[in-house]
This record gives sequence, C-alpha cells and structure tokens, in this order.
Amino acid sequence: MPKFTYTEKKDTRSGFGDGLTELGRTNPEVVALCADLIGSLKMGDFKKENPERFFQTGIAEANMIGLAAGMATAGKIPFTGTFANFSTGRVYDQIRQSVAYSEKNVKICASHAGLTLGEDGATHQILEDVGMMKMLPNFTVIVPCDYNQTKAATIAIAEHHGPVYLRFGRPSWPVFTNPAEKFEIGKAQKMIEGKDVTIFASGHLVWYAILAEEMLEAQGISAEVINIHTIKPLDVDSVLNSVKKTGCAVIAEEHQMNGGLGESIASVLAQHHPAPIRLVAVNDSFGESGTPTQLLEKYGLSPENIVEKAKEVIKLK
Amino acid sequence: MNNQPNFNELNQLCSQVRRDILRMVHAVNSGHPGGSMGCTEYFVALYFHLMKHDKNFNPTGANEDMFFLSNGHISPVWYSVLARSGYFEVSELATFRKLNTRLQGHPATEEGLPGIRIASGSLGQGLSAATGAAQIKKLNKDPQTVYVLMGDGEIQEGQVWEAAMYAAHNKVDNLIATIDVNGQQIDGPTNEVLNLGNIRAKWEAFGWEVIESKGNDMENLVAQLEVAKSKLGKGKPVLNLMRTEMGYGVDFMVGTHKWHGVAPNDEQLANALGQLKETLGDY
Repeated sequence: MPKFTYTEKKDTRSGFGDGLTELGRTNPEVVALCADLIGSLKMGDFKKENPERFFQTGIAEANMIGLAAGMATAGKIPFTGTFANFSTGRVYDQIRQSVAYSEKNVKICASHAGLTLGEDGATHQILEDVGMMKMLPNFTVIVPCDYNQTKAATIAIAEHHGPVYLRFGRPSWPVFTNPAEKFEIGKAQKMIEGKDVTIFASGHLVWYAILAEEMLEAQGISAEVINIHTIKPLDVDSVLNSVKKTGCAVIAEEHQMNGGLGESIASVLAQHHPAPIRLVAVNDSFGESGTPTQLLEKYGLSPENIVEKAKEVIKLK
Repeated sequence: MNNQPNFNELNQLCSQVRRDILRMVHAVNSGHPGGSMGCTEYFVALYFHLMKHDKNFNPTGANEDMFFLSNGHISPVWYSVLARSGYFEVSELATFRKLNTRLQGHPATEEGLPGIRIASGSLGQGLSAATGAAQIKKLNKDPQTVYVLMGDGEIQEGQVWEAAMYAAHNKVDNLIATIDVNGQQIDGPTNEVLNLGNIRAKWEAFGWEVIESKGNDMENLVAQLEVAKSKLGKGKPVLNLMRTEMGYGVDFMVGTHKWHGVAPNDEQLANALGQLKETLGDY
C-alpha cells in the first residue's frame, strides 16, 4: 500500500476555482479576470457570485495582464486565469514590466500546464513556464500537487503581498493531501521519511513519487519524499537537510529539465552540498497528443522512471 | 486645480520644463528630448491645471485623478513636471539616468520615486493598466478620472488595440487617453515606417469618443481637454488626438525624428537654452 491513499480523483484546476470562490466570499479586495476560459479555469462560481468583481477580457491575454496590473495599482488583488501557455510565454514582457518590475500584487493563475493537458497537443502543453517565471525577480512560483493543496494555495496567495505564479492542471488526479492543512508558501512538505535517497517532486508528479516510494520499499530501498510546492523561493534548508541525510536525490516534475525545479535544486546542491542527482522531467522536447498517462509514460515521467533513477543515483553515492 | 487657467503662468512653466529636459539629457548624454519637448504643454496642463492630484503621493490614487505614461521614454518631461509640482526636490533632476538614481531612464517604481505608479518603456502596455485602474475607480465609486498618454508610433503595438476594444466594450467612460501625434518614430516618419492610416476613424470604429487638440498651443490644448472631460460618463472612453511637433520650442530640434533619442552637445545646448527663458530657476 502507498503511504498515502485517495478516495477520489479531482482536477487541480477545480481546486483553484473553489479556492477563488471562497476568496470571493471572504476577501472583498479580490477581483478576477479571465481570457475567455471561464469553464476551463472553473471561475464560473466566482463570476456568478461577484459579477461586479469579475472581468471577462476576451481572447486578449496581453491586455488582461495590463488590466490586472492597473487594478493592483488601484489597490485590488487581481487573479488572472487562462491556460499556462497563455499566462506566461504569450505575455512574458507584459508580466516582466507591468507586474514583476512594477511589484504589482497580481496572481497569475495558470491551468492546463504540462503534458497532462493531453489530447490538445504540444501547442498548449507548456513545459517552460516554471523556468520563465522563476527567473523574474519579485515573483513567487507555486506548483501544488492535488485538488486540496491547489485550493489551499489559492487562498494563501491572496494573503501574500506580491506577484505570484500559480500553476495547476487539467486531468483528474488523486486527492491525497489533508484538506484541513494550511498552505505555507515557501515551506517544503515532507510527505514520507526515508534514508537512502530523496525524491523531490512538484505538481502531479508528487503522487508518482509516492507510488515510487512504495515500489522502492518493496525492493528494500528507503526513499524520502518531499513535495516542493513552492519552486521559488525554494526551501533551501529542507533540500540540504534531506540530501545531507540521504546523500542523493531524484527530482521529478512535469516540466523541461531546462529551467525546472531540478535545475533549481541542482544549483543549490552544487553550491552547498554536492551530491549525485537524477532528473525525471522532459528532456528538451515538445509534447504531443495523447492521454495524460500515456504522455507521462512516453516522456519518461512515470513512477517506474522515478524508481529506475533512484536506484541509479544511489549507486553514485 | 484652478478653474480659470493662467495661460501666461502655464507657458512660463513650459519654458522652464523644456530647459530642465535639455539639461537633464545633456548631462548624461542620453535620453529622449524630442517627444518630451513635444508633450511639455500636455504635462503642464495636466499637473498644473486639469488634474486633481496630491504631491503627497498616494500610490493607489484613490479619490484623485491618475496619470499613466505609456511611452515611458519621454520620462524627462514627466520627471521635470513632477519635481516642479512638488513631488520631489527639483535638485534631484540632476540625478537623471545616473547610478543609484530614482529617476531611471524609463519610469520605474522600484526606487520609489513619488508620482510613478507603474513601470513603462516597453511600449503598448499603459492603456491596459490605465483601463484597469479606471475600472477599479468605478468599482469603488470613485468619481475621478484616469489619464494615459501614448505615442503615435506606439499604437503599432497590438496590445493597444486589445485595450481599445476592451475599454469600449466595457464602457470605461472615466478614461481620457491621449495619443501624441507627432508623426515621427525612431526610424523615421510614421507614414514611412508603418503608416497609421486614419487614426481617428480607427478609434471611432473601436467605439471611442474622439476629440482633437493642438498639443503645442496651451489655450487650445486646455480647451480641448475640457471638451474631453465633458464627454466623460456617457458610456464611451475618450481619446484625445493631440497634434504636436517633436522637439517643439527649439528651432533646430523641431519637427524631426533626429532628436527622438539623442542629447544635444554643449554648443547645441547653449543655443537651445538661449531660446528658452529661465522662468522658475534652473535646478
């Protein structure tokens, strides 16, 4: 049995939508903008309950980011919603100047990130967004792992003053975290204690890390599983403390190797505690059409891949 | 804010602001004097007559008129007018574009210069931000107006048209956008680089109320901006097509794109300052 279980599967985007709905009821300063994807982003309830605080921008993401920056200037807490691809690469300069450099309290909420977008294919499967957003000064970058955590993160970022990139996804996915747990920005979450290897994971891949831990345990290997839901600022102490104990690490994420969480952790380890690592991520390629699980398997992001890399990296200690 | 403008006083301010602009860009041999001098009357009219604003700067602009500069490269004119309005000491103009200055090459918030609410410089973004701020004023039942200035070359950016469509659709009628129509951009006249066509017809087709003004004629400009204000609250955003001459105020700089981003040398500065009366004392 895996050390975490689930009774239902839900999409993380619904966690965002439900978190936003709750914010609509509790925080009158929150406003929301959406570029013609209300249904996909699950923003319908917020819109219904707060029509005067909801802004439909049409298919015009650059303007949406500028509007949000202007609304933040006037004192509100804007949450923008569209696909991750159109939340980042399409509007990078707008975010850089009007939000990041201008220190605006804008929350860029991005759905359908990564391969698990599925059948729509590579045009929409952005795998570079975390890299782009973590490079921007002033930005906080968050990739929660399931419905409950996405909902909690959505609520938490409203309390945090400053620009935030919140990344989530489309597919139904196991819901395994505690719904009562408060989301702490910048705090790594130790899911499973272990001693032979650390598996750092973010987003959907946290569940796969939990499955991999069970397989490793069956082979007599003790893996520590740490959920890095906040890519930036990275919880450096937690990373170092774990690797000092285990001596090696696998980093699993639904992103390019270039620019991802793996790269962030590699940098920390290389500078402060050199140790062997292996990456479970997309290796410099675009995705394609397919089901989410087919794609994760084809691009080397399965639980079996994590197991294989863990065994490989342990030998390098 | 005075109801009756003192045009003599406003024009004297313009002369001093143009001196400030030229001395600022000359001191660091960089910056954008041409557009700054073309828009001097506009900034002076806004800050010394039309806008309700407080030199004790409130970043959210609640219950004040708010101004957004989209074509951030004409920062010298804004800095001069902010300083002359009392937002900060005029002596600080001497730090323009120098290391550790609050007067960055393009306007920025990071250094905390009073009067600046958002960074600009990468073009095409200001109308969106101004529209967002204007919508929040409406949401907050704040009756004041949001102003934004763009360059004419700038409207080649697609985002401007996204914002134009949005503001009209959403009846953002507490917004007065101005386009500085000087017909010039870095590589030459706009009609050679990328012709803007019939600007008025385009904005009217997008659903805006359009008025026109002579941006280097203070009496005409103030009168037309009052007309613009009279059009607010009627379901449409308002556009002021403001004809100006780049480099206005100095004979050898006027009407050419050559002074878009070039500073005068010592001799040129002396010549130019000889044409502009020092009315309030140089910084």
